[in-house]
Amino acid sequence: MVNTELFKDPAIANKLSRQIRHYIRGPLRLMEVCGTHTVAIFRSGIRSLLPEEITLLSGPGCPVCVTAVEDIDRAIAIAGHPDVILATFGDMMRVPGSTSSLNEEKAKGRDIRVVYSPMDCLKIARENTDKKVVFFATGFETTSPSVAATTIESLGLKNFYIFSVHKLVPPALTALLSASDVRVDGLILPGHVSTILGIRPYEFIASRYQMPAVISGFEPVDILQAIYMLVLQINRKRPKVEIQYSRVVYPDGNPKAIRLIDMVFKPVDTNWRGIGVIPESGLKFKDEFSSIDAEKNFDIDIPLSKEPKGCSCGDVLRGVKIPTDCPLFAKACTPEHPIGACMVSTEGSCAAYYKYSGTDIG
Amino acid sequence: MCLAIPSRIVNINNTVATVEAYGGVRKDISLLLLPEEVSMGDYVIVHAGFAIQKIDEDAAKESHRLLELILKEEEAEL
Repeated sequence: MVNTELFKDPAIANKLSRQIRHYIRGPLRLMEVCGTHTVAIFRSGIRSLLPEEITLLSGPGCPVCVTAVEDIDRAIAIAGHPDVILATFGDMMRVPGSTSSLNEEKAKGRDIRVVYSPMDCLKIARENTDKKVVFFATGFETTSPSVAATTIESLGLKNFYIFSVHKLVPPALTALLSASDVRVDGLILPGHVSTILGIRPYEFIASRYQMPAVISGFEPVDILQAIYMLVLQINRKRPKVEIQYSRVVYPDGNPKAIRLIDMVFKPVDTNWRGIGVIPESGLKFKDEFSSIDAEKNFDIDIPLSKEPKGCSCGDVLRGVKIPTDCPLFAKACTPEHPIGACMVSTEGSCAAYYKYSGTDIG
Repeated sequence: MCLAIPSRIVNINNTVATVEAYGGVRKDISLLLLPEEVSMGDYVIVHAGFAIQKIDEDAAKESHRLLELILKEEEAEL
């Protein structure tokens, strides 16, 4: 029996909090790269357990937030074909494109469906042989192996396609750490992306950028322990990449999942919403999978896409600004009427700040 | 979006397993991504309908031990 209750224990969380206060030497800016961490941190009230020297910043690790406007526009264009059923994860439905969202298109009568797993699309394709079923695939390394496995399982189906806008976390970290305006003292690295990747793809963070980093789990004790480990690393001035989340993250990651990604996809330069093009940070299908690649099988020329005016998502995703620095925050931009993607996704830092404002933001 | 839920395997049928998450919710998920064999009663971490890793019970115990060390250190120092 795996006892995960210990990682939720408030008494242990309080003890770790006292340890962090005991060891901290000065102001620290720590970035939680992953949106799932952002939500876990707010929900558990971890900020209230941290000394005021620590500022937590959200990073670019929210796949919904960083999906480029033009890719939303392309998904909408695909869904506009009368013989298409477009399927995607629920989080993508409300993301604004240039002029519309998948939700608005569904309300207009397009056949757009939310699936829990990419494998659900295979059933939809088998049950609708007169239609073309297209999966709009978003997400980081946590999700892309599932889509690669679904690709292999789908071979033989003539009416199933995937529009891949998958993104890779390590190239985004390189872009972040190379930027002159990003000031961060340590990184809390994503737990489930690292379940797939293991530790090796992150080693450049310490060796090239001398940045301390800890791969963390998602329970309150996990996150506090990761912060404690970062504080010790910073004090010792010996940056390295460590695993706190060792019950799920093995040093080699999940080699089978990595092999599947490599078999099906190739890295390409890709545009991150609000951030810009990052070299070799996206995944597109290799040529031998052209028959499933929606971009090779549908006409998806779209007019020039428009980013919303005045939105600070790009700076928020790089930890340069916090959501309350944005002039639109909680005024023109709210979860009911989001302007930027960071307000759309429940894992976006603007949405998290909005939901929990007045509680323990500090 | 990278949420993944620890779940216990209650049935296995080839590459598909029925798992039970906290609160007793049952679901069928794919085992195609797992690098090692799993058996009934094992815990896996589930994302988007796939088990993406087996939870290592020894590592879980080891991190308990490390936590205990940190907390003992606290009692000694503070």
